[in-house]
Amino acid sequence: MTYSNKVLDHYENPRNAGSFAQDEEGVATGMVGAPACGDVMKLQIKVSKDGIIEDARFKTYGCGSAIASSSLVTEWVKGKTLDEALTIKNARIAEELALPPVKIHCSVLAEDAIRAAVADYKKKHGEK
Amino acid sequence: MSVDLSLDYFALFGLPYRFRLDEEALDRAWHALQAEVHPDRHAHLPDSGQRGAIAGALRVNEAYAVLKKPVTRARCLLELAGVSQDAVNARVPSPECLFEQLEWREAVEEARKANDIDALEQFALRLQIQTDGIITYLAEQLDGRRDLEGAADTVQRLTFIDKLRLEIDNALAAFDNYN
Repeated sequence: MTYSNKVLDHYENPRNAGSFAQDEEGVATGMVGAPACGDVMKLQIKVSKDGIIEDARFKTYGCGSAIASSSLVTEWVKGKTLDEALTIKNARIAEELALPPVKIHCSVLAEDAIRAAVADYKKKHGEK
Repeated sequence: MSVDLSLDYFALFGLPYRFRLDEEALDRAWHALQAEVHPDRHAHLPDSGQRGAIAGALRVNEAYAVLKKPVTRARCLLELAGVSQDAVNARVPSPECLFEQLEWREAVEEARKANDIDALEQFALRLQIQTDGIITYLAEQLDGRRDLEGAADTVQRLTFIDKLRLEIDNALAAFDNYN
């Protein structure tokens, strides 16, 4: 299987790799895993007081496509509100990275990570 | 004699539908079947017969690989009990399982970056002990209580742990190649 240039670019130059401190103001964490292949992904968002995602970090232990998918979504969520971030769908991620069918689940994982991070933020801040 | 391709892996090897495995019985059955299906024994047959023998040999080796490894053996048993691979994979891993995995993988990554081979070997050992415990628990779930849902969660956990083991093995192999 060959990776697309965009996947390779994110793999070799990951955007926003790393972590925020868990207790930092406005930080929320989404953890997801793919039981089929054993990949795990952590996505953190830092949300400003007016509800905008200012910054994001990821740590992904998995294949190149999973790393690229999470790297890409850290770029895409920045500047968005929580609700806007939830509109990022895996099909768009897969399209942007030209993922082959066997790697679509990596983009699903990245979408799930956004949902998990937003849910964690809402839980911490008492929203339903 | 050719292999009956319609048989499931356990039936093919004449083994009981159990997670606890008699490894010697598996190896014996494997060798006996391999001798039967080996393509050299079918060299006198027309093409169609030889193709059948090759399909049989592939099936036998695939079955052996699946039954030998605990995580795939468990997935096979679940599938035979009506819990498909997709159903196992569709279960959302528990936050505890994911948290544990992320912690471990971060620790492995740090040890790898710090060239701390001792830490990696310690980690591999701890993981082995943990895996043995999980496998014992899985045997109880599958053979004892027949708790298929619980077994599906345990199988997931084992899949994540297998991946982690691969990461540790790769890190250790990289040291070996380097030194």
